[in-house]
Amino acid sequence: MRIVYLVEIVIGNKPQAKDPEGETIMKDLMHKSGYDCVKEVRTGKLLTVQIEANSEEEAREKVFAMCNDLRIFNPVAHSCKIEIRGKT
Amino acid sequence: MKVAVIQFPGSNCDLDTLHVLRDVVKVNADLIWHKNFKDPNYDAAILPGGFSYGDHLRAGIIAAYSPAMTPIKEMAKQNKPILGICNGFQILVESSLLPGALLRNSGLKFVCKWTRLRVETEHSAFTGLYQKGENIRMPIAHNEGRYFIDEETLKDIRRNNRVIFRYVSENPNGAIDDIAGICNEDRNVVGLMPHPERASENILGSEDGRKMFESMLKWLN
Repeated sequence: MRIVYLVEIVIGNKPQAKDPEGETIMKDLMHKSGYDCVKEVRTGKLLTVQIEANSEEEAREKVFAMCNDLRIFNPVAHSCKIEIRGKT
Repeated sequence: MKVAVIQFPGSNCDLDTLHVLRDVVKVNADLIWHKNFKDPNYDAAILPGGFSYGDHLRAGIIAAYSPAMTPIKEMAKQNKPILGICNGFQILVESSLLPGALLRNSGLKFVCKWTRLRVETEHSAFTGLYQKGENIRMPIAHNEGRYFIDEETLKDIRRNNRVIFRYVSENPNGAIDDIAGICNEDRNVVGLMPHPERASENILGSEDGRKMFESMLKWLN
């Protein structure tokens, strides 16, 4: 039976690429407000995808292939994490 | 000789580029809607600045999948001059015609100002009429202009003299190695963040950019 899976794609900057938005959030918001305990903030982009597949494994593979095929992330600068969050 | 200026939904420097080609450097040029650009028999093509597809997902990525990119890639293979200005540079990078990525400016703001640039090589389809080391002025206007590339590829493009322009005195967006523009291995595909079409007539404050278009004509002749 075809199932619709809920998949999250998280795109972030690679560690070598500076993340000025994350730095600003940490230094100018968190640290200035007393949250010195925060040591790093990295920002990213979240895509929530509903995809039809026969299994969790197939849903993950399809999303992975699509992200690479369509350059949903730029492999030079970005990392990409794919997580299955459930079924609809 | 005929140059194509490709218009994407959200292009906004297309008419300025067309004006400079037709009225300033006096070359035949057509403005072509991206879905209608099928003919690789043009002598050169320019991807103008703007905000194609509203910069959704990432500046340039959606236009990189436009049908126009098939003839553009074919023209690139035929060693014809291809220029990407600002959003056009982002499109060339996202379609893998040029290496790297253009990330959000380090200052997190849209930057619109004049910049000073150093011409790093006269060996490209768009810099043949400059002198290496020449300092020129062109404006920038972008939010995602921070050129980024992994260390290995950076070494490679430096070794092969593929950095075309560097920012001098001030790096406005945090670009790695002060890079403002690069070319491909064959030196016919060039991308840059500054706007040469906005610096091609004295009345606009500089005509330093005009030589890019004139260099293209020299390369073709």
